[in-house]
Amino acid sequence: MPLRKREPEKVIPSLEHYRVRRSVPVCAAAILMMFGSGRATAQMDDAIYNYLRFERLEYEGNGDVHLFKWDVEGWTGNDDNKLWVKSEGDYVFEQDIFGRADLQLLYSRNIATFWDAQIGVRRAFEPERTFDGVIGIQGLAPYFFETEAALFINENGNVLGRFKLAYELLLTQRLIAQPRVEVNVSADDIENRGVKAGITEFEAGLRLRYEIVREFAPYIGFDYVEEQSLREHKHSVRAVAGIRAWF
Amino acid sequence: MQTVNAMIRQCRIAGFWLAILAALPVQAGSYELVIDEKAVNLTGRERTAITANGSLPAPTLRWREGEEVALRVTNRLDEPTSIHWHGIVLPYDMDGVPGISFPGIPPGETFTYRFRLMQSGTYWYHGHSAMQEQLGLMGAIIIDPSEGETHAYDRDYTVMLSDWSDENPHRVLSKLKKQSDYYNFQKRTVFDFYRDLSDKGFQETMADRLAWGEMRMDPTDIADVTGYTYTFLVNGQNPAANWTALFKPGERIRLRFVNASAMTHFDVRIPGLKIRVIQADGQNVEPVEVDEFRIAVAETYDVLVEPRDARAYAIFAEAMDRSGHAQATLAPRRGMRAEVPPLRPRPLVSLADMAAAHGMDHGSGAEGPHAGMEHAPEPPPPTNGHEGHAMADMDHAAMQHQASPHAGHEGHAMPDHGQEHADTAERVLSYADLKSAEKHEDWREPDREIVLRLTGTMNRYVWSINGKKYSEAEPIRLKYGERVRFTYINQTMMNHPLHLHGMWQDLDTGKGPFNPRKHVVNVKPGETVHVDVPVDASGEWAFHCHLVYHMETGMFRKIIVEPPDAAAKKGA
Repeated sequence: MPLRKREPEKVIPSLEHYRVRRSVPVCAAAILMMFGSGRATAQMDDAIYNYLRFERLEYEGNGDVHLFKWDVEGWTGNDDNKLWVKSEGDYVFEQDIFGRADLQLLYSRNIATFWDAQIGVRRAFEPERTFDGVIGIQGLAPYFFETEAALFINENGNVLGRFKLAYELLLTQRLIAQPRVEVNVSADDIENRGVKAGITEFEAGLRLRYEIVREFAPYIGFDYVEEQSLREHKHSVRAVAGIRAWF
Repeated sequence: MQTVNAMIRQCRIAGFWLAILAALPVQAGSYELVIDEKAVNLTGRERTAITANGSLPAPTLRWREGEEVALRVTNRLDEPTSIHWHGIVLPYDMDGVPGISFPGIPPGETFTYRFRLMQSGTYWYHGHSAMQEQLGLMGAIIIDPSEGETHAYDRDYTVMLSDWSDENPHRVLSKLKKQSDYYNFQKRTVFDFYRDLSDKGFQETMADRLAWGEMRMDPTDIADVTGYTYTFLVNGQNPAANWTALFKPGERIRLRFVNASAMTHFDVRIPGLKIRVIQADGQNVEPVEVDEFRIAVAETYDVLVEPRDARAYAIFAEAMDRSGHAQATLAPRRGMRAEVPPLRPRPLVSLADMAAAHGMDHGSGAEGPHAGMEHAPEPPPPTNGHEGHAMADMDHAAMQHQASPHAGHEGHAMPDHGQEHADTAERVLSYADLKSAEKHEDWREPDREIVLRLTGTMNRYVWSINGKKYSEAEPIRLKYGERVRFTYINQTMMNHPLHLHGMWQDLDTGKGPFNPRKHVVNVKPGETVHVDVPVDASGEWAFHCHLVYHMETGMFRKIIVEPPDAAAKKGA
């Protein structure tokens, strides 16, 4: 199946579209792989669950920039084997462009009590369309740090990395402060993408959310963002407001 | 379909005939249960419950020891159903566990259970399909002894405790799988941290927080599903409905407590009255006088009380995590209501408790067995939580553990209660208090021991035995006639009420032939408990934690008892 034509730039990459066109065969294959060989059992303890979480769905901005950001992930699978979908990116209102947008499809395997190993592919839509292989781990580190680390390797052999760390502080049973750090790194300069080796993007922020119910929590907070490319170095502090939701 | 009234009438008629035929060697009663759905409103919102003969809970079945019962159970649901006769010794194909003892009862069909009652006491029955017991499919069974009651009493009431959620149980489980602490609204906050700093000082507070953090466990994790979603019921009625048992002052009243909850252990008190425990799990015990007892999920306790004043007494059952309570009233007339005591502070598992009882260093955790690791072929460093190294006595009961003459690894059943009671001088029932009223003639040293580590991963809501879920595990094979010692080692932070179908568990409290005989043995966090099982029933049986969501997620085993000839053949 040919890849979708590039344009219309302005549309948020449609998960729907993508899932239908590309993910279905992959999902089907993965699910067959996961469950085909397992012992046939009617037990609930092997049941498949589905999870979708909008970790961040937010406006972020200051005097200069106004962005819409998303960080969405979801999975389907049993205790040991899961198929993950992740997407994150941002959209600049004034310029009507995406700063960054990608979609990952990962097979996830529980390898230790608190850890899953993940392998799969990433499709970056912005700033440039690329395919990367992804390998990563995700889980709960000691002292309750939600941790996610991934390496992205593209067809040219460029290696990039992404590392996320989040922690939750309960002010009350429903009012929760969440400090969060995300670091994106590159092993090499990538000329055509303007990527400079080292830390390409660093985000540190604090979000204060109120869980109206566990599944739905509006939040406010701030982010410190530092971006480094071959062309420029930017840093700014931005206010954020958004919702966290899952089901 | 038969109505409740018809059912009751039938029971009465049966009872009448039974009374007449009591002297005859053979009695038979036939009963009909129709399983159906029914709209109920227990919380202000209408929901669908699963009922038997239109009743929530299902009708109480009153039988007589020696009777041969035939029960026609008809399924009017659009999904399969089943009834398990909890604690009743019967042929395995009448036990009612789909996939093990029979295929289940398909929609629209009728299955006839037939068995002869070889025991007396208080038991119960419940659905064993698709978590239907959480939706209301449970009822009490009272079997009158053929040789008359040991204790005299004037009135006899069943007090069936349960937990009701407006949420579908499948939805509850799905939430737990996605966020295992979903229902815990008693977690420690930043302000608790500051309070601890000023109470205990920096060093102790930090050491405590770091130790819990390293394990990725939460000391407030007492119950997986809480009063956030549960309304706690007595005989199917919420606290406001005020279910009332009548008495005249000076009468002696027998209360048959059955914990038919899906997930909730209760601490039961009747303020102002001494509680005389006379039976546990349907078996006579040497009477023990207490102020309070903990009833684990699926246990039964029969007690006697003698109210002398013409006033109302509250039958007050606090959920173990203090997130709510069930309540009923003992009163000389209807409409009275006793003063209800406030819920006591919620318990908190403390590192001191953990370390005190077993002398373990939880920080390093290097000593513990690691069988709990769910998914790792090689045990990774033991910095894990619910599933990890022996969480020796993450137990709010640890203090009394220490105080108990049976304390320690020796595994005599420990007192049931924990530090939440440390400030009260009241007498709380413990397993160590239970002594069978009759000497077990078949008592002997066990032939062999099977160690079952209770394991799990709270964070992912996976529960297991010896690190394996039901779907991953081979059945446990026993030989007819042998006596097997099961050693339960609880490596998790949760209580696990373990239920063995078809056979008794003689709980080792150090009383030899007078050890209490139980169908459910609650194993507290970090605790080691021994039970001896006289293997006296061939067939395939279920063995599981009776917390529904633990059972469904893997803390379950099939037990196969090879008949005597097969065992002999194999041996030859």
